[in-house]
Amino acid sequence: MTTLAGSALTVRFGHGDRALTAVDRVDVDVPEGATVGLVGESGSGKSTLARALCGLVPLADGEVLIDGAPVRRQHGRAVDRHRRVQMIFQDPFSSLNPRMTVGDAIGEAVGAGKGASRRARTEAVGRYLDLVHLDVAVAGRYPSRLSGGQRQRVAIARALAARPGVLIADEITSSLDVSVQSAVLNLVRELRDELGLSLMFVSHNLATVRYVSDFLAVMYLGRIVELGPTEVVVADPRHPYTRALLAAVPSLETAAERGPADLELGDPPDPHHPPPGCHFHPRCPVGPVVVPERQICIEQDPRDGADERPHRTFCHFASASSNSAAPATPREEQVHVGCDR
Amino acid sequence: MSEPSTSRLRFALRTPVGIAASVGLAAIVVLAIVGPVLWSDDAARLDILAAAQGASRAHPLGTDALGRDIFYRVLVATRLSVTLALISACFGAAIGIPLGAIPALVGGRVGKLVTGFINLSVAFPTLLVAIFVAAVAGVGARGAVAGIGIAIAPYFARLSQTLSSSVAGSDYLAAARMLGVRRARLLRRHILPNVAEPLLITVTIAVGDSLLALAGLSFLGLGVQAPQYDWGRMLSEGLSQIYVTPVVALGPAVAITLGALSFVLFGEVLAKAAAGGGGVRWTRSDLSFVSLPPAGDGADARPVPGVLSVEGLTVSFPGGAVPVRGVTLEVAPGEIVGIVGESGSGKTLTAMAIADLLPAGGRMTANRFSLFGEDPRTLSDGQRRRLLGRSLAVVYQDPMSALNPALRVGRQLGEVAEVHDGLSKAQARQRATERLRSVRIGNAEARVRQYPHELSGGMRQRAVIAMGLMGEPKLIIADEPTTALDVTVEQQILRLLRDVTASGGASAILISHDVAVVSQLCSRVFVMYAGRIVEELDVAKLVSGPAHPYTAALVASVPTMRSDRTRPLASIPGRAPGPYDDEPGCPFAARCPRASERCRREMPPLEPHSPTHRAACWHPLDGLEDVAV
Repeated sequence: MTTLAGSALTVRFGHGDRALTAVDRVDVDVPEGATVGLVGESGSGKSTLARALCGLVPLADGEVLIDGAPVRRQHGRAVDRHRRVQMIFQDPFSSLNPRMTVGDAIGEAVGAGKGASRRARTEAVGRYLDLVHLDVAVAGRYPSRLSGGQRQRVAIARALAARPGVLIADEITSSLDVSVQSAVLNLVRELRDELGLSLMFVSHNLATVRYVSDFLAVMYLGRIVELGPTEVVVADPRHPYTRALLAAVPSLETAAERGPADLELGDPPDPHHPPPGCHFHPRCPVGPVVVPERQICIEQDPRDGADERPHRTFCHFASASSNSAAPATPREEQVHVGCDR
Repeated sequence: MSEPSTSRLRFALRTPVGIAASVGLAAIVVLAIVGPVLWSDDAARLDILAAAQGASRAHPLGTDALGRDIFYRVLVATRLSVTLALISACFGAAIGIPLGAIPALVGGRVGKLVTGFINLSVAFPTLLVAIFVAAVAGVGARGAVAGIGIAIAPYFARLSQTLSSSVAGSDYLAAARMLGVRRARLLRRHILPNVAEPLLITVTIAVGDSLLALAGLSFLGLGVQAPQYDWGRMLSEGLSQIYVTPVVALGPAVAITLGALSFVLFGEVLAKAAAGGGGVRWTRSDLSFVSLPPAGDGADARPVPGVLSVEGLTVSFPGGAVPVRGVTLEVAPGEIVGIVGESGSGKTLTAMAIADLLPAGGRMTANRFSLFGEDPRTLSDGQRRRLLGRSLAVVYQDPMSALNPALRVGRQLGEVAEVHDGLSKAQARQRATERLRSVRIGNAEARVRQYPHELSGGMRQRAVIAMGLMGEPKLIIADEPTTALDVTVEQQILRLLRDVTASGGASAILISHDVAVVSQLCSRVFVMYAGRIVEELDVAKLVSGPAHPYTAALVASVPTMRSDRTRPLASIPGRAPGPYDDEPGCPFAARCPRASERCRREMPPLEPHSPTHRAACWHPLDGLEDVAV
């Protein structure tokens, strides 16, 4: 069992006018054995945050804590303890070395730490392939001979072979075909429960994240704007952006009567020059564009005082559940639902 | 080299160019090895009486000023010429490749400095640098080799810089770094195997180029010095006699050309093998309708009123691929229908066949094909283009590929009206502005003057829809129009599609892999699997009771906001048959829990289940049982 946390994580790319703060002082916490879902649109910085937690992008500020202790990196290479955090990538076509057989790729993960004997390594490869429900014969093949779903299983096996405590899954189903996605999702859930892993599940698909996660973090322009137990956030979203995301999820059940949601959000702003104060204010349906007296949204960073608001929401008006798209149910009951896992 | 690329190499070597290049290369290698051993004496024999002669029986390529036989000298000079070229190419690679790898390995300020230096040095003319270095290093073979090596090094550096940075940014390297793989192993197992192939190709081509450059230096007198001789030096000597005995210069000239050509061609063959076959190009092919056979027996082939009616639509490609097999579709005026399927199900090709946009080589046949009350197959090319150009609009997944990046948005939209409606430029621009406004693009007057890359993803997709509205479309085909967009933008585009079809009275076909997206817009849905329509049903039925087990499994496998989080999702084992597979029976049988012997033997026809519901299944679900597969 391992915990992973990020404290005031900041990642910047570029210099001068083209500088981009992809992750902006983010605090995030993956508790032992829990699954944290990270949802956001493209450009929100969710993948960068995932990579920062794995030590794949340099931090401008803040630190990554594994089991409560900060991680040091040497020459960009993970020190032994950082092997406790492994990532599964979106595209299994680019996350596997085309010049290495499946067996070599998994074997490398088994033996990268210490010099395991050849035989022990072969046995371990078979064991990990079995764990992801692949035939041992796959070990001798190159990735180009496998289907997308099989490749993603290999990528999962490789991550597991490092015996991690925390897995970070970055959009692992979005490049797969629909009928294969559910099998990979089931596999990840099954392995998490079986091996007692902590999991961070990153996706743009809210329905998928909700299905997998205990906690839900919503990211917008480099910041986590709302974070709470999944059922609570879904039932009682406090940030107007979370509400918009929830309203946008296409739903088969309600499609016949509802049709596409009427969202007047406008286009996302240029991430190189994020709006001042609350990043969401130019698109916000309860912000200064609609309610002119709410100048505080333009002037003040909503992170101040977030700890006092429900779900640590980065919204000055989160406590007043005004204009809520969510059903009005007593809050105590929802909290109970959220903690019941 | 991995398995697939070895077989590609074998194939590339069997092409005419491949054969020519390998024969030439083999001949050069053999000559370089045995030439000096066999013919050194012949080449050195002085025959003063026959000095400076043209071609004769004794000396087929003539003799030089001292009466030595040019033919033998050309053969013997092979070894020195080729060896020097090899050394210079390897010297250049040895300097350039590590230099180019520095930015990816070190990064930061040093990396930037090296990148700048490489960019600067590529700008210098190769031969000039070679002459300069050769002159400084001292006249002779050593100076020439150093000169050429240094002159071509920047090209290697540039290539290795590009390659190493692409590998350095790859996910598999990130994965290896997360595993704590050591630097030496990273280089050996992950970086080198993935950059070696293109570098090897470049070295081969560089040998050919060096052969030419060395000949040039020797020709100028900066290269090989007497008593040694290479092809370039012989050419230079031959040139002094060119007006008297032109054949004397011919021998070395041909040798240089053939030698360089063999290396360069061999490099090209390697490159072709490494790159694999080219992709399919999507073009409006006038060929796609040509081969249509007459309508099937007894079928009513006459066009029918309405928007679209197609029966038995089949798309095939040379080589036996049949990705669409006997699709029957009808679209009523004002109706929005959905086609749902996974990749490879043939949903896109079905739509592209209707729009006459099949990839080159694709052939479409149908028992009946009626579009806007006409059969496009019976129209002339011009008539068909007019019909499709004005009445049909296509919206693609990637709006950037549908827009020309070099043209302003207003110009691109205006072109449609200029070509099809004969509007003037100003009128066309006026209409473009109006249409952009109608797809809710704010500040349309300014937007028409912008280029596609200046718009956001959602705005680009709106512009493409506006482009489709420039004519007066009766049918809009939207192929995964929201897949590349964010959810909040997706809803806006779907709503827009619904509004534009409603206001213009157009029909639409929405193609998607996502059942939920299709359900937002459509009333009727066609589910495709392995090139066939397996079910046609009302959207409401998707949840309440699909008849085909594939539809049921597809719906159940997608998590929704109401999925039970404690239970695993339904999933479909195995994979779909490909476009080449031609097994009898139901294509879903191998993955279906309800499959019987009959399913594996006999293809079920698409049969009515209820008045608005058709399914191709021998054992349909009745909507009451548990659909989990």
